[in-house]
Amino acid sequence: MPKLFSGAEIVFKCLEDQKVEHIFGYPGGAVLPIYDELKNHPSIKHILVRHEQGAGHAAEGYARSTGKPGVVLVTSGPGATNVVTALTDAYMDSVPLVCISGQVPTHLIGTDAFQECDTTGITRPCTKHNWLVKDINDLPRIMHEAFEVATTGRPGPVLVDIPKDIQFAKAKYFKPKKEKKLNGKTLNRFNQKEIDQLVDLMKKASKPVFYTGGGVINSGHKASELLRELVALTGFPITSTLQGLGAYPGDDNQFLGMLGMHGTYEANNAMHDCDLLINIGARFDDRITGKIDEFSPKSKKVHIDIDPSSINKIVKVDLAIVGDVSEVIKSTTRTLKKKNLNLEKSNKQKISKWWQQIQKWRTKQSLNFINSDRIIKPQHAVQRLYELTKNQDTYITTEVGQHQMWAAQHYKFNKPNRWMTSGGLGTMGYGLPAAIGVQVAHPKKLVVDIAGEASILMTMQEISTAVQYNLPVKIFILNNQYMGMVRQWQELLHEKNYSESYSEALPDFVKLAEAYGCVGIRAEHPDELDEKIEEMINTDRPVIFDCRVDQAENCYPMIPSGKPHNQMLLGPKDQEANKITGKGKSLV
Amino acid sequence: MVKSKSAYSTPTKLGKIDTHIIVVWVDNEASVLSRVVGLFSGRGYNIESLAVAEVDQKNNLSRITIVTTGTPQVIEQIVLQLKKLVPVHKVGNFKRDDKKVIFKEMALLKIVANSNKIKKALNACKKYNPVILDQTNKSAVIQITALRREIDSVTKNLKLFGLVSASRTGAVAMTRGAETFN
Repeated sequence: MPKLFSGAEIVFKCLEDQKVEHIFGYPGGAVLPIYDELKNHPSIKHILVRHEQGAGHAAEGYARSTGKPGVVLVTSGPGATNVVTALTDAYMDSVPLVCISGQVPTHLIGTDAFQECDTTGITRPCTKHNWLVKDINDLPRIMHEAFEVATTGRPGPVLVDIPKDIQFAKAKYFKPKKEKKLNGKTLNRFNQKEIDQLVDLMKKASKPVFYTGGGVINSGHKASELLRELVALTGFPITSTLQGLGAYPGDDNQFLGMLGMHGTYEANNAMHDCDLLINIGARFDDRITGKIDEFSPKSKKVHIDIDPSSINKIVKVDLAIVGDVSEVIKSTTRTLKKKNLNLEKSNKQKISKWWQQIQKWRTKQSLNFINSDRIIKPQHAVQRLYELTKNQDTYITTEVGQHQMWAAQHYKFNKPNRWMTSGGLGTMGYGLPAAIGVQVAHPKKLVVDIAGEASILMTMQEISTAVQYNLPVKIFILNNQYMGMVRQWQELLHEKNYSESYSEALPDFVKLAEAYGCVGIRAEHPDELDEKIEEMINTDRPVIFDCRVDQAENCYPMIPSGKPHNQMLLGPKDQEANKITGKGKSLV
Repeated sequence: MVKSKSAYSTPTKLGKIDTHIIVVWVDNEASVLSRVVGLFSGRGYNIESLAVAEVDQKNNLSRITIVTTGTPQVIEQIVLQLKKLVPVHKVGNFKRDDKKVIFKEMALLKIVANSNKIKKALNACKKYNPVILDQTNKSAVIQITALRREIDSVTKNLKLFGLVSASRTGAVAMTRGAETFN
């Protein structure tokens, strides 16, 4: 007779077979059998967070920096509801997460039992799929399927809700099957004809641009290499979304910088004026496109995406290629090489005028700011951080707001999986727990959370997790005492009525660091910035860095509400600043 | 319509709104219906009617028929989003005026009236295969099968003849001829 295992044992056997090494979680009544089993599985390390949202974001950071799924373990009721923000965040940004939640025993479901909630009901809209395990015999299949769903196609979060009696019940275990067909949802659906069409468009184009996104990162390390090869081969300019940063080297000459609402002048103008737009693994997000009916009006549009529902969702495209980015780029490069060995040169000639135009836009130097020798400018702080950390393999996470945009603009990424930020959902409080997840996966690497003082307070408790596991994350707070992005919009759109965007009381972050048992550093003057950053980098413990920056600084350039790409609002140096009209105000 | 300057929320080229019948084959498992319905409500799609029942007991498959309205772009999104759901096997999409497809809906109509009026009521349903399922001297339950809009107009007329309650299944669909949808 085959050996029978308890539900809790089956959970761990599945995790072992899925090669899971770390789980992020928080115990509670309805998951105690699983926590009891933890001690018997030394290959799996549990990271105890301080709040379930932190577990979710830590798992996201872990997943994004490794390409492996992040695993979360929480209890029923509040445990599950607390993780909802992180699941939604992962769903918006296509991060593979497997969340295991405890549930009240089967016979109590529906009775409003203690710490009961309709977990699968609540998480249905924010997961790719979820399961309530009602029969112990289904558990091994569901666990393996959960990993399969989370990691294949467009990745995303899944949740397995396991009632406490199922964790005790016994059943046979079986290993994951090699080949699974999720109703045919994971196939590459493109063919050579489509690739030929793409190559044909590329040959004809005189003003082409690549617009790449998080899909390149999700397609794996190889996708970035293939992208670099393709971009070099074609000589086309390339711009990237917030999520795609790092797929292509940020300091390369063919790279135009990030596009979108706070993207560079050259990237947005190139998007507007191009005659061929090749979208690779991006989704025409509204922060990218600006005004839709004036979006890239003269271009042929190509969309390469693994998710068929992304195509024609926002912008109607001329050629859609559904498939894994790596595979599509590989086929394209192969076809290009086969068809025209000289394309590299002939193309470069053809598009040289286009490059001249781009150089003209570049002279605007749209990321410029007026530096100061009396007060630390936040952009300057990010630039110094970049200069002082670029020689080592650094991982950057962020919270959400002005600091996030400054980080995206001024920190140059050269490798994929080094940049973890909440783009789709825009979750303040993402960066610290995400940094913890990254540091767990890469214990020897430098991990910096570029933060704002408002965001960091939302998940501040997780510094305690960092201290417990001696994870030397660096929390680099650009402290302007405002919710900076809110303040900026209020300044531009609401007649400087700074309604509730100023934090009248803030903790002393240096003392707070000491209270948590880590290191606090403060920089108040530009002269001391470099020295203090060096001190932070050289501290082998968690650090909270309180960088006091200019309170009034705004994040530019910016596409104001209701405007297309070619009508950007440039920084204070720009004379022709577009005024935002009364009607435009309601639109941000 | 006043031209808005919104970059985000205003549909710029509002396409023609069509009625479509979406047919979804799903695993018959717990909460599958709420996944489908939740997709519609969560993304702001419309449901005019919905019919669902198990059609294949061996393979545990249910067939959901949804009548919806939307621009061509929205209808395309509905189909693509449905296909992403894990328990969904295949999705059919038919325009309401598609000649290759039969659409039918069943209604049970309760008439409370004298026998004269009941006779008139039955007469009004003549074209729609009326079957009397229950009759007393002051009431009748009539079953009819027809198109949605036919039932709409019949039930309106029957108010005069003592219609007190109508129960409708929502439309179901089947392709004509020997072909099946794949």
